Amino acid sequence: MTPTDPATAAPAPTAPHPHMAAQVRWRTVEYVFWLATLLPFVVAPDYLALASQIAITALFALSLDLILGYAGIVSLGHAAFFGFGAYAAGLVSKWGWGEPLSGLLIAGLAAGLLGYLMSFVIARFRHLALIMITLGFGLLLLEAANSASGLTGGADGLQGVKMWPVLGLFKFDLYGFTAYWYALIVLFVFFLMARRLINSPFGLSLRGIRENPVRMRAIGAESGPHIRKIYTIAAFMAGVAGAVLTQTTETVSLGVLDFQRSADILVILILGGAGRLYGGLIGAIIYMIARDWFSGVNPQYWYFPIGVLLIAVVLFLPNGMLGGIAQLIDTVRGRRWFGWLTSPPPWLRSGSKP
Amino acid sequence: MHRAMTGLACLATIFLATASANAQSTVKIGVIMSYSGQFADTGTQISNGMKLYMKEHGDTVAGKKVELMPKDNGGIAPDVAKRLAQEAIVRDKVDMIVGFDLTPNALAAADVSAQAKKFMVNMNAATSIITTKSPYMVRTSFTVPQVNESLGTWAYKSGARKAYTLVSDFSPGHDGEQAFQRAFKEAGGEIIGSARYPVANLDFTAFLQRAKDMSPDVIYIWVPGGPQPAAIGKAVAERGIDLNKTKVVGQGELTFDEALKGMGDAGLGFITAFHYDHNHQSAKNKKFVADYNAEFKRNPDMFSVGGYDGMHVIYEALKKTKGDTDGDALIAAAKGMAWESPRGPMSIDPETRDVVQNIYIRRVEKVGGQLLNVEFDKLDNVKDPFKARMPKQ
Repeated sequence: MTPTDPATAAPAPTAPHPHMAAQVRWRTVEYVFWLATLLPFVVAPDYLALASQIAITALFALSLDLILGYAGIVSLGHAAFFGFGAYAAGLVSKWGWGEPLSGLLIAGLAAGLLGYLMSFVIARFRHLALIMITLGFGLLLLEAANSASGLTGGADGLQGVKMWPVLGLFKFDLYGFTAYWYALIVLFVFFLMARRLINSPFGLSLRGIRENPVRMRAIGAESGPHIRKIYTIAAFMAGVAGAVLTQTTETVSLGVLDFQRSADILVILILGGAGRLYGGLIGAIIYMIARDWFSGVNPQYWYFPIGVLLIAVVLFLPNGMLGGIAQLIDTVRGRRWFGWLTSPPPWLRSGSKP
Repeated sequence: MHRAMTGLACLATIFLATASANAQSTVKIGVIMSYSGQFADTGTQISNGMKLYMKEHGDTVAGKKVELMPKDNGGIAPDVAKRLAQEAIVRDKVDMIVGFDLTPNALAAADVSAQAKKFMVNMNAATSIITTKSPYMVRTSFTVPQVNESLGTWAYKSGARKAYTLVSDFSPGHDGEQAFQRAFKEAGGEIIGSARYPVANLDFTAFLQRAKDMSPDVIYIWVPGGPQPAAIGKAVAERGIDLNKTKVVGQGELTFDEALKGMGDAGLGFITAFHYDHNHQSAKNKKFVADYNAEFKRNPDMFSVGGYDGMHVIYEALKKTKGDTDGDALIAAAKGMAWESPRGPMSIDPETRDVVQNIYIRRVEKVGGQLLNVEFDKLDNVKDPFKARMPKQ
């Protein structure tokens, strides 16, 4: 997806519009964020296994953000692609090819292909219908994997996944050292791709489609092809995330396709802030750490505080953590200061966009 | 300033001293199983069994304090199980990992046990191959072939020649089906029909009518528990299957307490094979059931006894190694261990590290107005037949 995508670009632009150039620029806080992802190596070397799963979840959430946050495609079955990629990576390794990087690519392509096929259906529907379709599709795939126990190992999980060292040098170790930097690099690469993508004219037209598909059509940007493209890309990314999970844990089971996983990732994205690049990443960090912490404190009833956290976020920060922070910054900078005096604060106003 | 520094140094010394003292005098046990979600009750019962053992035998063994560190696996999630096992060993520095309610989780954690050379006690997961995945693992529950092949052999011995099998269409059901059919055929019987019902199926009328039409001597049914046994009981009664002519048999889940409550008198005469029931008649079990009821206000089940015996293996192995928690030492101590459990005599096979125990054949009868599994036959000291067939390394 280059900025000169013939389908979407304005006729031969020589330089990007200043508004878009400003969005592309890397901000200090972004440098800080990515440097901070290296902290676990130094500060919490005992938590690397958790950190690697956070990175995987973040990648998965980022992929959902592309379709939900940017293109407005609601999905309750995104785990289908995650699981498909996870099983693809597992099977490739089981059949004797344990090289991680090519395994990652194969898994991504497999999930991408599935996403491409699905996208023809997805592009025809919106909103409620999409929820039903994606939900049903996810359940179908789960049941298919369960029935094909000769291939997938059924409820026992796929046995015999053995990964070779990354680049022939780095073995996946007990401490999760390799697992974390491997997952982190994959996340970063795909983050760069996603960032480039959504700041391109293509990304801009996606946002247009999210807001008003009819109007986008009227100005010459047909929504169908755009949605098919982004859905395929998101499926590819979700497949890669699943593959990284398989490779770093050397296990695959029906859990990767579970509805719970689709629901969790949606919650994570909304928690962090959908439609923002860092939303899924922040959501994954908060959700996974909270889960680890609460379940450590009380292994039986830890869902309770998680539920309270979610309700609090949806109630007070309807645009997620990042949405809330953005509002706060705006307020501090005085942009909304007077607005606050004349009208109730945003979280008390009804009709704010979810 | 100087005084503050001295105070701090003192504090630090005390802290370090207690930390190292703790390290020497505790055995940390990472307990990994489902405490939340669909399988939470399994986790609760295993955990209850473990707690009862610790209450009876004290929380110190071989001069060391036993500390349980529970971790929630939250259902079928081997990736989580693996991470929890890793974290338990790397972060919490546990000396062994125990629990494991579900097969995929146990298989994933077994890798970690093998890699880190840590003792592992599988207290529930019942697929045969699990114990082959780590040389540091023992099992204190049962294996699917152990129970179901015993049942197949017994069914033929009791006079049945033609069998029909009906199982839930997912891996454990398939394993049960295979094991029963194999043993029944090896004994000389014939499988005249078989069916697999959808996992969430609640209407068994058609399946049982078909079975009845073929007039087998025995109908083997595998259910994972839940509301299905009640539905099966109802369908058997409705189809008018005469239990005197056609035996209805299955693994223990078919006639669990909850299942019997749902079935009511329709369950009378069902025959199941299992390694434990709270109605097992022995002094040891009577006391176990009474203590369990006093402590947790409910009856123990197979999960509880798995946890209870798991703790027994841990305590006895630690006694033998005099508190040494090295994986090699513990597994050596556990191999061949034999004792009297609430389920009856049991031991750990020195070769396969798997459980060796009696398999009881029980019939549902009304005793004092209560439906109970009454043992009327048994197979002594059954080893896991699957591993007996595996080529020796």
